[in-house]
Amino acid sequence: MMRKLKPITVNVEALISANKYNVDESNKHIELAAEDLSTLPAEEFGKLVRVCPAALYKERDDGSRSFDYAGCLECGTCRIACEGTILKKWESPQPGMGVMYRFG
Amino acid sequence: MEERDFDIIVIGCGCAGAIAAYVAAKKGKSVLVVERGDFAGAKNMTGGRLYAHSLRSVLDAYSDGEIDWGSIPFERKITHERIAFMDIASAMTVDFTSEELGREYCDSYSVLRGTFDQWLAKTAEEAGCEVICGIAVEALLRDDSGCVYGIRAGEDEITAQVVILSEGANSLLTERCLGAPRPKPSQMAVGIKEVFELPASTIEDRFLCAPDEGAAMLVVGDCTHGYTGGGFLYTNKDSISLGLVATIEHLQEADTTIYQMMDDFKKHPAVAPIIRDAAMVEHSGHMVSEGGYDMVPEYVHDGCLVAGDAAMLCMNLGYQVRGMDLAISSGRFAAEAACAAIDAGDVSASGLAAYRTAMEESFVIQDLKTYRRWPQTMDKWTRMFTEYPTMVREAMNAVFVVDGEPGIPLRKRLWPIAKKRGVFKLIKEVGGALRAL
Ligand SMILES: Cc1cc2nc3c(=O)[nH]c(=O)nc-3n(C[C@H](O)[C@H](O)[C@H](O)COP(=O)(O)OP(=O)(O)OC[C@H]3O[C@@H](n4cnc5c(N)ncnc54)[C@H](O)[C@@H]3O)c2cc1C
Ligand code: SF4
Repeated sequence: MMRKLKPITVNVEALISANKYNVDESNKHIELAAEDLSTLPAEEFGKLVRVCPAALYKERDDGSRSFDYAGCLECGTCRIACEGTILKKWESPQPGMGVMYRFG
Repeated sequence: MEERDFDIIVIGCGCAGAIAAYVAAKKGKSVLVVERGDFAGAKNMTGGRLYAHSLRSVLDAYSDGEIDWGSIPFERKITHERIAFMDIASAMTVDFTSEELGREYCDSYSVLRGTFDQWLAKTAEEAGCEVICGIAVEALLRDDSGCVYGIRAGEDEITAQVVILSEGANSLLTERCLGAPRPKPSQMAVGIKEVFELPASTIEDRFLCAPDEGAAMLVVGDCTHGYTGGGFLYTNKDSISLGLVATIEHLQEADTTIYQMMDDFKKHPAVAPIIRDAAMVEHSGHMVSEGGYDMVPEYVHDGCLVAGDAAMLCMNLGYQVRGMDLAISSGRFAAEAACAAIDAGDVSASGLAAYRTAMEESFVIQDLKTYRRWPQTMDKWTRMFTEYPTMVREAMNAVFVVDGEPGIPLRKRLWPIAKKRGVFKLIKEVGGALRAL
């Protein structure tokens, strides 16, 4: 049973801005089952919101949703949570693209 | 045997892949390593501590003394082990140090994959391998009988007698091309980590360590807000690696997101002083397989061997995480079996079966078997992450807090704390856990 989220106080965007990325504007390496995220089942989208360590799946207080692959850490966690339900595609970014860890 | 571009193609230049390539090259084979990161390590993250035994044995067997142990870019030798039980505003920490921890073959080192993997790649290259970075293998080539004979990346097809697949925990090719089942959310955890820069002397002061030595700390309890998982901390040369691991199955329904847990963890009174005034320089994520022996897929195929995390060779015991030493040894065994099979002219699964034998006879599969029941035990033992840390706080407060009230004997103060949780239940749970270890 999915629990209601407690308030989120951290701004992960500021944290991942410490990382080095080569964002591939031309190729979405992760795609969800629908372009219109509001049509996706709440239970499944809620999983993505909770598990993504880069906070790329968002659900705001007014219920609006977003997903931005640009800050992806390429961990694959969303794939394990939702491939086959609302996650349609998970591929490696194109050569030279994506996150580039300097420490790891 | 048919002409191929290479004797062996290795997919992924992490711990398993780089060592497989190194061993195969040392045995005189032509080896191509394909790595999707722009450099080895660019896509990799670990907690960070390498138990050195497996790397030592590989170098003993193959390096002819060419590699000086001191030249390997380890961060710090781990001489202090800490385990902390954390509740919302308390922590009880055990700090252990002993000579045995640092003895050769028992030694362990903190690592950062950026530097460590580049050393691995360079070592493989110097042994004669070709390492191509910045290319992701998209598929395995299979002939009509299903035997793997090469790889496809973009327009290119490259062939080999044997392919060693060491693509790590997000095992796309193992699933999509070799038919391994997709790991379940109950078998995988997500790791989140941040690196904090601090001067070496500050680290040594904060952890009471000698120069070049350091501490490892694992944390159970409120760091994952009561969900299955734990926290970790490793001291590097000039930085601290701090992070959490949480099982996806529970996290995906939780009342907190993984990144909020991480933020709360950083602010915990037992953690905040450690990273005080440190600049956060990287925020990373990676999966850990933690289903143990029961989730290891078939790792011997016609023309192809699977090594390291791609074969789910990882153990998360809560007080200890091991994957890199298993990856290194499995990479070595895979290369040895592949070379022998090529020499014998039979790279079918039965020709490559020596890999399975070597794995089963070694610590890799034996340790996974020994701790086979641990993942299920951990998973059911939710009180470990909620009630136990609170109980520890109450008990420690009973021992240490002096408030000027007339004293009650210690045993009378401790008894109700245990009784509240059910003494028999406690004994049963702890006994059950010990039997799984
Ligand atoms: C948070 C966390 C903490 C951990 N702590 C520890 C610890 O303290 N000690 C320990 O021993 N282990 C620890 N582990 C586990 C350890 O990191 C792994 O077991 C180990 O890295 C596995 O090595 P590998 O070579 O199998 O995979 P990886 O190191 O993941 O290497 C796989 C490589 O393959 C490449 N690759 C993937 N797909 C492709 C493709 N299609 N084409 C080309 N290249 C590809 C990747 O870029 C990568 O370089 C931890 C893991 C995590 C996530
Ligand atoms: S791969 Fe990891 S970082 Fe990227 S979107 Fe999925 S969960 Fe988030």
